[in-house]
Amino acid sequence: MVLQNAFFGMLAALAVVSALRVVTTRNVVHAALYLVMVLASVAALFVLLAAEFVAAVQILVYVGAIVVLFLFGVMLTRAQIGADLDLDNGQRGLAALVALVLGGTLTWALIDAFGDDKLPELSDADVAARGVRPVGDAIFSTYLVPFEVVSILLLAALIGAIVLARRD
Amino acid sequence: MLVNQFLLLGAALFCIGVYGVLARRNGVLVLMSIELILNSVNINLIALAGLHGNTAAVTGQVFALFVITVAAAEVGVGLAIVLLIYRNRRSVSLDDIDLMKG
Amino acid sequence: MLDHIWVIPLVTFVSFWLIIAVGKRLPRGGSEIGVAALGLALVLSTVAAVQWVDQEKVPSHEPAATADAGHGAEAEAGHGAEAESEAGHGAEAEAGAEAGHGAEAEAHPAIRESVEHNYQWWSSSSFTVMVGTHVDGVTVALLFVVSLISFLVHIFSTNYMEGDKRFTHYFAFLSLFTTGMYVLVVSSTTLQMLFGWELMGLCSFALIGHWWEEKANTDAALKAFLTTRTGDVGLLVGITILFWIAGTFNIAEINEKALAGDLPQTALLVAAIALFAAVIGKSAQFPLHTWLPDAMAGPTPVSALIHAATMVVAGVYLVIRLYGVFWEAFDIGAGGVNLIAATGGFTILMAAALAFVQRDIKKVLAYSTISQLGYMVMALGVGAWTAALFHLFTHAFFKALLFLGSGSVSHAVHSFDMKKDMGGLRSHMPVTFWTFIIGSLALAGFFPFAGFWSKDEILLGAGSNGYEFFLVVGLVGAFMTTMYMTRCVYLTFFGEYRGHGHPHESPAPITVPLVVLSVFSVLVGLINSPWLFGGEWFGHTVENEVFELAGVPVHEFSPAYALVSTAVVVVAFAIGYVLWFRQKLPSGVTERSSIARAGYALLANKYYLDVLYTDIIVGNLKRGVAAGAYWFNRVVLDGIVNGVGTTARVVGDGVYRFVDRGLIDGAVNGSGITADASGGALRRLQTGRVQQYGIMLFLSAALLALGLVIFTS
Repeated sequence: MVLQNAFFGMLAALAVVSALRVVTTRNVVHAALYLVMVLASVAALFVLLAAEFVAAVQILVYVGAIVVLFLFGVMLTRAQIGADLDLDNGQRGLAALVALVLGGTLTWALIDAFGDDKLPELSDADVAARGVRPVGDAIFSTYLVPFEVVSILLLAALIGAIVLARRD
Repeated sequence: MLVNQFLLLGAALFCIGVYGVLARRNGVLVLMSIELILNSVNINLIALAGLHGNTAAVTGQVFALFVITVAAAEVGVGLAIVLLIYRNRRSVSLDDIDLMKG
Repeated sequence: MLDHIWVIPLVTFVSFWLIIAVGKRLPRGGSEIGVAALGLALVLSTVAAVQWVDQEKVPSHEPAATADAGHGAEAEAGHGAEAESEAGHGAEAEAGAEAGHGAEAEAHPAIRESVEHNYQWWSSSSFTVMVGTHVDGVTVALLFVVSLISFLVHIFSTNYMEGDKRFTHYFAFLSLFTTGMYVLVVSSTTLQMLFGWELMGLCSFALIGHWWEEKANTDAALKAFLTTRTGDVGLLVGITILFWIAGTFNIAEINEKALAGDLPQTALLVAAIALFAAVIGKSAQFPLHTWLPDAMAGPTPVSALIHAATMVVAGVYLVIRLYGVFWEAFDIGAGGVNLIAATGGFTILMAAALAFVQRDIKKVLAYSTISQLGYMVMALGVGAWTAALFHLFTHAFFKALLFLGSGSVSHAVHSFDMKKDMGGLRSHMPVTFWTFIIGSLALAGFFPFAGFWSKDEILLGAGSNGYEFFLVVGLVGAFMTTMYMTRCVYLTFFGEYRGHGHPHESPAPITVPLVVLSVFSVLVGLINSPWLFGGEWFGHTVENEVFELAGVPVHEFSPAYALVSTAVVVVAFAIGYVLWFRQKLPSGVTERSSIARAGYALLANKYYLDVLYTDIIVGNLKRGVAAGAYWFNRVVLDGIVNGVGTTARVVGDGVYRFVDRGLIDGAVNGSGITADASGGALRRLQTGRVQQYGIMLFLSAALLALGLVIFTS
């Protein structure tokens, strides 16, 4: 129990700090790397929540593909390597305000709603019931149609990206 | 573990992501902030799903998978657009894209 | 006939229209219709008179405190119990109620009741107006005299107006005029009297101005009309006030109410004064007498009819008819002096003085008429009601005779100027001469001609009712009358003929009326003498309800008075004879004495009254009023009109500037500017930068979420 909380605390701290660095750093590449940190910690949190498959997919897709895409994007747009002073627009103050208001609202609402609700203790059977096999079964039975639709979506995105980005 | 700690973490990440969307000038960085937001959503999903039994937990996981997939598609297209902008305007600064200025 | 007395005015009215319609085509230019109509009217009037005389007499109602009727304060007067009198012997006057000045009130015999018919003319919710006829002794007497004189004037005119270019027109107006007089005489209400009165005024204007090609004639006609009109204001006021206080236009009712003391004294006095103003105008009393001498510009038959016998007596008739009003208002029974007597008395002397300095024979007669009218008015003022009516009656005959006689003379010598063109005509025109002499004797009041009886009765009334001063005035007037008539007769008929023509007697249509009238002038006086028909026959015939109710005192014939008045006349004639016939008139007096010259000038200029009226009053009024009217027109009316125009312009200008340009255009422009400005302001939000939109979106969403959370927790 205590261990779980301790791990959670570490991971949470890591995630938040990295996220903050993502949005405040002056170096684009650093931002991408900090994003990797965030994504990794989120994956770890998923494991903590007994969702191993999602954690794995997170690492594979997010960190492995998406961040790489980002880095390609950075490269292709000739982003300045090194410190770039010009990365924030003039709205920093307002944006911070918005974020704070939003954060405050959310916090209060969450505390108000969930209070002291605890996550249930999981037995091995529960963990197995939340494992890969049941997820796979669910995807290909109950949620087959959304699965297929998402496939088509990916196809569309693929074609779209190619069409948009090609040189002609 | 309290459910709230995950949820609050999610809220925090979400707000940071919002800040990033609003405050960053580079288009790629905006996309990165959007990823932060999506991730916070995922945390919420998984945490809350686990609250209501095994079947619900599975559903939550499936949903989170779909979110990841859509995020991937979105990033692909988004970056293509950013590239296009860069090609046409020689700059990815979002401040310079104000053709709709009144 | 008495019940259908309206036929008489209808006859002459129809004659008027017939003459206008077909007169020109008839062989005698329409005069046939006129003469025939008047002949018929005369016959009908005579029938009416006979019927009236034949009427049964009924017992009279003796009002209490007869002789004190003038002292209206006593409750007895008019309200007291009326003692029934035995038929034929009227009640004696109460011993304790003697007339305060020595004359006994004679017993009142029974009178004939008047015949009255009234028809509703129109009624509204608040009052009803009746019209009708009222026939009594006064009516038939006047009908007879008007018909006779008018008839004789018509015959006279057929010859006198021969060859006149408006011959038909003249006869038409004569008929219309007679209609007017008839209407006045038979009417039962003051409204109808007003109608007849005004109709006569109109015809008088038309007839005086018969030869309107000469400006003097039109001036005279206008003067007559306007002067009488001035008095007619009083008539309207009087009628209105009487209606207001008595509630009726009916003359009999008004008299009853007045004599019963039912009418408020002040209002009654005002009404009486107003009516008397009309009398002054129409009957040519001082100060509205100036029109009558000038009216002699009209044809002589017209003067005979209108200005001797009929129209000028309309005023006297008015007083006779409404005597109840005057008796009460002026307290005539009390003696002393009152407005009516004073006016009449003054007029007698004033006019008689003026008759001495006239060269024109018609003007002498005109002033004489004024003077005799003064006698009638004075008689009414002193309470000699019957005497006034009788004098009216007799005067019509001899004055018409004198006028027609002067017409005959002028027909012969073609002029009216006595000093220049006449003289010694008695040998050339014997009929005219003798009839004129008879007329003059009647006028002077020589026994036993007509004028004596009537004038004597007036003097008797004045002396017996407590008006001794006016008795003296009457005697002096008689003296002067005799003297100026002596002068007139001498200048016209005696001495050497001073003219240039060959005067000869006038033809029959002229002389026959003269003879007829002279017969009347001799005999008609006797009908009121004490010896004929039971004594004072005329008086007893005409006494009517008003007379009874008012308790007008009646006096017996007094030989003393007769002797005195005859003596006065004889003395006056003697002096006149000496002065003129014997040429003992002091000559050159006016050259020697400035006082005499001034006196002569005063008389010759008619006391400068014409100057006063025409030049001073009218002239100043014209100037002042005209200037005032012009000023008002220019400054006030034009000022208002221009002001309106200017105001409209200024307002329009202001509206244009402030409302149209300022407000409305301002509003319209303002809305445009506002839209533009707000658009410009709002445009700054539209930066085209996505992240800014994002901020706005997220901020709003955050705030809304906050609100939601707060309100639902």
